[in-house]
Amino acid sequence: MPTSPVLPKLVGQRVKRREDPRLIQGRATFVDDVKIAGMLHIAFKRSDVAHGRIRSIDTSAAETMEGVEAVFTGAQIADLLGPMPIATPFPSPAHRAVAVDTVRYVGEPVAVVVASDRYVARDAIDAITVDYERLPAVVDPELAMTGKPTVIHPEFPNNLAVPLVPSGTGVTPDGKVDDTAIDRAFKNADVIITQRMVNHRLVPNSIEARGVVAHYEPGKGSMTIWSSTQNPHILRTMIAAMNGLGQDQVRAIAPEVGGGFGSKINIYGEEYVAAAISKHLGTAVKWIEDRSEAFLATTHGRDLIGYVELAARRDGKVLGLKIRLIADVGAYNMLLTAAIPTLAMMMANANYDIPAIRTTLTEVFTNKTSTDAYRGAGRPEASYFIERAMDMLARELKMDPAEVRRKNFIAPNQFPYQTQMGAVYDSGDYEKAMDVALRAADWKGLQAERDAAKAEGRLVGLGLSMYVEVCGIGPSSSLPTGGWEHAQVTIERDGRVSATTGASPHGQGNETTFAQMLADQFGVPMEHITIHHGDTGIVKQGVGTFGSRSQAVGGTTLLMAGAKVKTKMARFAAEMLEASVADLVFENGTIAVKGAPTSAKKFADVAAFAYVPVPLPDGMEPGLSEEAFFEPTNNTYPFGCHISMLEIDRETGEPKLLKFVAVDDAGNLINPLIVEGQIHGGLAQGIGQAMIEEAVYDGSGQLITGSLMDYALPRATDFPRFEVHSTVTPTPVNPLGAKGVGEAGTLGSTPCIVSAAVDALSEFGVTHIDMMLRPEKLWRIIHGARV
Amino acid sequence: MTAVSMTVNGKARKAHVEPRLLLVHFLREQLNLTGTHVGCDTSQCGACTVLIDGRSVKSCTVFAVQADGSKITTIEGLAANGELHPMQECFWEEHGLQCGFCTPGMIMSAVNLLADNPQPTEDQIREGISGNFCRCTGYQHIVNAIQHAANRSGSAASSSKR
Repeated sequence: MPTSPVLPKLVGQRVKRREDPRLIQGRATFVDDVKIAGMLHIAFKRSDVAHGRIRSIDTSAAETMEGVEAVFTGAQIADLLGPMPIATPFPSPAHRAVAVDTVRYVGEPVAVVVASDRYVARDAIDAITVDYERLPAVVDPELAMTGKPTVIHPEFPNNLAVPLVPSGTGVTPDGKVDDTAIDRAFKNADVIITQRMVNHRLVPNSIEARGVVAHYEPGKGSMTIWSSTQNPHILRTMIAAMNGLGQDQVRAIAPEVGGGFGSKINIYGEEYVAAAISKHLGTAVKWIEDRSEAFLATTHGRDLIGYVELAARRDGKVLGLKIRLIADVGAYNMLLTAAIPTLAMMMANANYDIPAIRTTLTEVFTNKTSTDAYRGAGRPEASYFIERAMDMLARELKMDPAEVRRKNFIAPNQFPYQTQMGAVYDSGDYEKAMDVALRAADWKGLQAERDAAKAEGRLVGLGLSMYVEVCGIGPSSSLPTGGWEHAQVTIERDGRVSATTGASPHGQGNETTFAQMLADQFGVPMEHITIHHGDTGIVKQGVGTFGSRSQAVGGTTLLMAGAKVKTKMARFAAEMLEASVADLVFENGTIAVKGAPTSAKKFADVAAFAYVPVPLPDGMEPGLSEEAFFEPTNNTYPFGCHISMLEIDRETGEPKLLKFVAVDDAGNLINPLIVEGQIHGGLAQGIGQAMIEEAVYDGSGQLITGSLMDYALPRATDFPRFEVHSTVTPTPVNPLGAKGVGEAGTLGSTPCIVSAAVDALSEFGVTHIDMMLRPEKLWRIIHGARV
Repeated sequence: MTAVSMTVNGKARKAHVEPRLLLVHFLREQLNLTGTHVGCDTSQCGACTVLIDGRSVKSCTVFAVQADGSKITTIEGLAANGELHPMQECFWEEHGLQCGFCTPGMIMSAVNLLADNPQPTEDQIREGISGNFCRCTGYQHIVNAIQHAANRSGSAASSSKR
């Protein structure tokens, strides 16, 4: 009889991450660590004008430099690659990976060098001269909408990438609009809040920029591509399609990926170019993005203007909401560009039961880097608009901001809740989350503290905000890639467990959380489990990691595959034990008959039997390996409440965050330690946006915050200690009850910070301040100068 | 080409390098020590931090020829005799990393920080790592890790005095 230690249940525990040993010792393999014999290095010559026609490109000096293997202009790349595809259904201008005759943003590639090392490649880039006929550039989306001073794509008049699309109450799916309800709401209102708000442009800035190694092997006719991507399976599909290969002929590998935050969902021109050049030359090539390039060439986030109108009764009940959205999408549509602002429409009402809502969305091309997903992707924008408006309403009505919200919450008994924007919220208890936050922060105490500080002449303010997220994105009707995930679980001959997941982590810790789940499922030590991901040669199918979906969708899929193989393994064990399957328990590395521990067979012995089953039980195949696809019926909708306290220096206008309390409800938690890390990271990006980060273009289309010396990426000194709490409202959408947490921190934090700043400056009659909170802007309010 | 010799992680290394070759590229490309990362091109991010003669230095800001004759420790050289350095252990225990790309530089800076100031306050820790960017963690678990390392070495020091 085997004796085994009792294994603790791991789901719900603060388990240390198994990814860490390789990362803390510098032994992980990121894309720039991949080396292949004979590999050449690629560099891109990029446009330094925002809008212009290419009169000529002189590559002759570059071509003759020692170590330069090849130089390609846009026209030559166009012989190898067609226009780049997008994944949204909107009309889109042709977009070449390397510009052929016109450049439309600073940083757009115009030529490619292939050289023996990266220093030589860079030298050769500098030796290329491009003669541009400069065209007027437009960087203000509201000006661009007038078609002046330039039209960026002739087939899109007035630069309208997406002309006005209405949504909400009274709008039918075929686009018919009935204004009766929304007009009535505004007519019946005692008070109407009106405000133009800007959710400004950000640069994602994962600390590892992008990079790619493409290795086409002419003898095999197949391609292996390593890329710092969030979704290797989508990469495989796109690389195959663009290079005339079958998906079976491309292996895509996301090695260790140094952060993504949405910016590594898109499949970029540089990836297509590297693959095409590798195929053309028959050799491996590497391209590593440097930081200055990343500022220009990796998609930006946000950049959404909202004209917000909120109609309410004097008692605080909101009757109606109108938001006119204008999205500055930059020069081209990337993979998901056009879809991101639609998520802001979808989440317009956030936590509130608002009887009538009308949103409209217009997307506009400008001579800037394209926008696409950035942590939160449309939902932080929605959250910002509604929460700032609710705060303005509270201020107008002289009500406590918590009480205004309490009057308008969707109540727990209203779930599942069909919103007027087309979402069906799965579960929620918003008032509870707010009450936990109010208690945790000691809201009354903070108010007294603020009032005392103000009495001393200090500028101290409080902010409170709610949010609802959209996570666990699926089903397939909501994702052009398919809204499912795939997993395979194999019990090896020695009883160890190999699992594959299509979720491709880049910091989320899925190797740990997924192993925790399988350890509990099979009653084996976590150390006996390996989670494989990020390699289409090993992981058969997958969608990827974005939209806070890897736990809710990927984790569920893994458990389903695990359940299938467990069922089969139980049949083998039943055969060995001469027992009924229903009586078996998997625990402590054994499979035993319930109530008869002496009967236990070692897990590994049952596995060995399954691979040499003599005799093979009737109706069974040998082996223990099963796979699953899982597609959820709906997204999940996590939520929470954030509270902040902020002080502004009266002399300098400098804001300082004194306190930040977050209550987040992500449903059931697999590993609270990892969840806390995700919340902290999201808060840092949201607070960073509110307080210091901003992508700034000058009038000619130059990004003047184009390096880390100019763009204020938050440092450790920019934050106080975050106080993080949770409530737990499981989702019925998946059997884990887990909702997802990766993006949550970016939602509540921006309005929370701005509302605190407005509160701090209330004596100056200010009702709204656009982000970010530049000290100069605040100083001008304090000192009565024009903002 | 210029001849350089230096001791890297306890091992004597000699090479001929281009004078413009950055130390970080020498370490990564010629010595295959790829644990030291490049996160920017303006000496802001600190992902490339190594110890030169015991002091933390951004190796993207030093030419390999400038490190001639010096003793260099990279993240690969921090663990000794198969045992993690206490700072590595504390980053692991406190979940001080997510994607892990900034981590080698962050750990090297933290090691230097505690060498200078074994018992820093939280503000001093935040100041001490302000030359290193992390985009994932919001820094709180990194601060916890460094505090944990300081407490551990503090209690080790006080127990060894007894």
